Amino acid sequence: MPRVPGCAHLWCWIQPHSVTARPAWAARSSPHVLLRAAKLLRSGANRKQRVNPAGRDNENADPQKAASLLRKQWSLYSVTPLYKFSGARLKEYARLLGAFIAAEKQKGLAVEVGVDADVKVTFASLPELRGDPQDQPAMLVQLSSRSSVSPKSSDEKLIWSGCFCCVSGEDLLENVPEDFTCLPLFLANGAESYTAMVGSWFQKTFDCHFCRLSISPLNLSWMAAMWAGCSVEKNACATELVFSVPCLPQPLDISYAIHPEDAKALWDTVQKTPGEITQEEVDLFMDCLYSHFHRHFKIHLSATKLVKVSTAIASAHCNGTIKLLQSRYLTGVLMLLTELAISQIQ
Amino acid sequence: SEKMQRKQSSKNSKQPLQVHHSNQTDLSAWRKGGKPDPEKSLQNPTSHNSQANESEQDSFEQAVSYFEKVQSPVSLRKNEVLQKHLATVESTALEKGLPPEAFDVLLNVALSGKFADAVNTRLLKSLIPASVIPESSLVSSVSWLCVSKCSGSIQLLFIRWVISMFDFIDHKDQLHALYGFFFSFLQDEKMCPYVCHLLYLLTRRESVKPFRIRKLLDLQAKMGMQPHLQALLSLYKHFCPELVSITLSGRMKTYFKNSEGPWKAAISAIRRRNQKKSPVFQPLLLGTTQHQSRKRKWNTQLILPASSASTSNLADVKDKNSDLYNISKSFPVEQLQTFSQLLQNIHHLELPSQMGSVLTHPLLLHYMNCIKDESIYLRLHYWMGQTLQEECTWCVVDSSQYEEEFKDFLEIVHKAECFLQEGFSSCEEFLYRSLPFWDGFCCRSQVLRLMTWIPLSSFSEMKSYLYGPLAQLFFTSSLYFKCSVLESLKELLQNWLNWHMIELGSESDSQNHSLNTTLSGLVNVVAELIHFVGRISAIALQLENNVTFLLYFILDFYETVCDIYLRYNLPLLIMPPAGVFYPALLSMDSVSLNQLCYIMYRYRTNLVAAKENEMIKKKVLQFQFSSQTYQEYNQYLIAMVGCLWTSNAFQKDIHPEGLRLDEEVLKKTRVKDFKNSFNIVYHPALMGYALLFLQQAWPDDNTFNFSLIKGRKWNWYLEYLYAQGLKGLKLFIESSISRVSLVS
Repeated sequence: MPRVPGCAHLWCWIQPHSVTARPAWAARSSPHVLLRAAKLLRSGANRKQRVNPAGRDNENADPQKAASLLRKQWSLYSVTPLYKFSGARLKEYARLLGAFIAAEKQKGLAVEVGVDADVKVTFASLPELRGDPQDQPAMLVQLSSRSSVSPKSSDEKLIWSGCFCCVSGEDLLENVPEDFTCLPLFLANGAESYTAMVGSWFQKTFDCHFCRLSISPLNLSWMAAMWAGCSVEKNACATELVFSVPCLPQPLDISYAIHPEDAKALWDTVQKTPGEITQEEVDLFMDCLYSHFHRHFKIHLSATKLVKVSTAIASAHCNGTIKLLQSRYLTGVLMLLTELAISQIQ
Repeated sequence: SEKMQRKQSSKNSKQPLQVHHSNQTDLSAWRKGGKPDPEKSLQNPTSHNSQANESEQDSFEQAVSYFEKVQSPVSLRKNEVLQKHLATVESTALEKGLPPEAFDVLLNVALSGKFADAVNTRLLKSLIPASVIPESSLVSSVSWLCVSKCSGSIQLLFIRWVISMFDFIDHKDQLHALYGFFFSFLQDEKMCPYVCHLLYLLTRRESVKPFRIRKLLDLQAKMGMQPHLQALLSLYKHFCPELVSITLSGRMKTYFKNSEGPWKAAISAIRRRNQKKSPVFQPLLLGTTQHQSRKRKWNTQLILPASSASTSNLADVKDKNSDLYNISKSFPVEQLQTFSQLLQNIHHLELPSQMGSVLTHPLLLHYMNCIKDESIYLRLHYWMGQTLQEECTWCVVDSSQYEEEFKDFLEIVHKAECFLQEGFSSCEEFLYRSLPFWDGFCCRSQVLRLMTWIPLSSFSEMKSYLYGPLAQLFFTSSLYFKCSVLESLKELLQNWLNWHMIELGSESDSQNHSLNTTLSGLVNVVAELIHFVGRISAIALQLENNVTFLLYFILDFYETVCDIYLRYNLPLLIMPPAGVFYPALLSMDSVSLNQLCYIMYRYRTNLVAAKENEMIKKKVLQFQFSSQTYQEYNQYLIAMVGCLWTSNAFQKDIHPEGLRLDEEVLKKTRVKDFKNSFNIVYHPALMGYALLFLQQAWPDDNTFNFSLIKGRKWNWYLEYLYAQGLKGLKLFIESSISRVSLVS
């Protein structure tokens, strides 16, 4: 167990030989199958994912636009349904938001709507970013600064972007009347001050409410399990789980890294029905990892708090930030996040 | 009506004033040579009362006719006639104000440039209305301005006069038509601040045009950030957010220079005169951010201003040419200040862009009360649900320092619920989510009050969400907390029962109702609440040693319960558990005993009524009280009568948790006459009365011989107890004692 001096940080790497011991390993961990149901308020039933959410390929995705979501650190928000929003008026909204931002930046000076400001706003619809045809098309809002030297040139620098989306969320919000548009998940990348401006404009204009979306350890373990089961190309980066030890004078993080192929092999032994994941399977998967860790380090990870999961698919932090890495699994990840956002606003 | 029109047209006014036409000075009285208008010749009796009045009147008429006829420019210094007439006008103006008809003449003179500026200034300064200023006189004045016969300073004074007198102008439609003329005066640098103010008063949605915005922005570019331009532009933004945007800092307090200077005293005098009916003054919101106790996160604002940022509404009227008239018809929420405005505009009221603002807007709450639009409630629901969740000081880390703010917010929500007589579902969800984490201390009274408005629904998950966490807190908290919880649960029960009554009422009106199918569901939910309170009450009495204070709140709850059948028409009667009944019966305090007697009397009345209804209708009702309810009542009754009256409770009580005791055991207590211990003479709650009664009946006897109270004296003693205010005891004894054999 190599220890990084000066930094309270444990590092564990499961060696490939543990894969050979796979059947026995799974069998050893199985006696205590936890029957803990994912307790979502109001739904006492066991949570089940209808399709393997991470395994959903989206062949129609526009690689260009989808690419703009990848490899960026996004802050997650939940948004209540937008009132009287129309997808046909995106250009107008862009002009209004542009003027609003210009007015906010130079407090007290009036700004004519539609006049070029130093921050350009674009709204774009991303119809490919949805799970079902009933889902609202996602919407990408981008702020770019014009260079002050040559305002006419097309030399614009992207300074902030935000994406409203709803992937397979329609059945959860089906009773919403038609004046409302459900785009419950909002991702923001860029300066918080711009998020604040865009967010307040949306709140005022469409009578909606933004709320930071943090990810509970339970949901992080779901992500760990789901993403472990995804097939990725060879020499993909390691699957890493970060745990934080509570009640210590100094913060102590434990990083637990697994080779993605090992993680997948473990998951394949745990999962019973392909295309469906249950809470018991997720718990079993985590328990296996915990008992393996305990055998080596005599540390009960179940007593710590899972704060971060990073895999080749995506990486997620409990403070509500996410980085999406694989365009193949984009909609799958967004679908899970949509579900979390909906459970927060309902 | 005319009044309505004026109100509407003066909706931009700084302070709408009521003007009484009956106060109007008579036209024909002062203007003999003129054209008398028969319609307006309302005689004002006071103006004819004295000779002095008449002569004043005459000289004023002469002055006006002088100013009307004067042709060539005259110098003030050399002309005594002019001096005299000018002084007359000034004194009349200050004393009682000028009649409407004088304005035309005097404004014409003042703005035509016939006299020197000194005269014009004095004339303008004395233009104080007695009642109203006719709009027509202003229209002709504006035409004088356009030919610039008068100096810049007179023009300026005139504009200031219009601003100051804006509320007294009788109509404003023609004035609105002159918007463009006033707008053109913005060019003048000196006039600009005042013209902005006047335009601010005049602006309606249809006045806002792209070319005007561009002009204002040009001025802004030339002159920089000027408060008067900011104010006008922000009003433009209010009306047309799709054309212009501006963010004002909250620091600015005044946007316009004071115009009233020369007329200040006179105006306040008129306002005092008219004060009686002036509506609540509320300045038009300028979209400034409200002052807040802290710099909030951008996404949460607990108090929202009601403003119609109408971008989303304008979506429907994109085709502006065809819908121009519709736009002007809609009534922006910023201008909604009086109840009558609400009534007039209720069909085209533009709702606020953020529905959360209704909470602090009593008029909009009225509107919500009568509108059946699901989207309004849904918008409010989403906003409130998220805000409660995010601001909850005991659920969200690091938010405890904002407890006061959150308290105020909960207070506002509760007030709105009381006003609407309806609970918000978002509050219900909030309570269910947050109660398990509540310490029972933070925002206590607010949370308990919100609890009283949990909606009644026929299928309920309250057991796990409300009763569970509440019971835990209840048992582990102080006596006062227990009492406040009981008080809240009583109000919750009453709200449910009231709601049920209203539903019953509306059911008879409209046939299509699903209530029938769920009535048994409702009965079950109400019964569950009553059983819950019974359970926690019995345990709390044990925990707190049957303290009277607690018993009072418990019995108060049962005062509602015992009357449900008759008062709320719900077929449900539930007796209190023995753990509540016996502590009350054996209480040391006459208040509790009296309360219990009253409750038992009401139970009896309700049960008898139910029995009678059953017999009259001669059919099996869908719901009838089980024989167990009657049985329980009878058991309690036997115990009560046995205690208070027949002194045989220890033998006769048949309740399993009752007082029945073996004689052997009782003898071991070595209490003399134990049989009598709880009758109305010896009962610890009543013994004090017995003592006082003895002192009054046998003042010379100091032996305190209670056994003297019997026979006729027993009846006197009863009367004495009744006279001491034990009304419950009276009702109970009179209804139950003589008929005890019938019931049992």
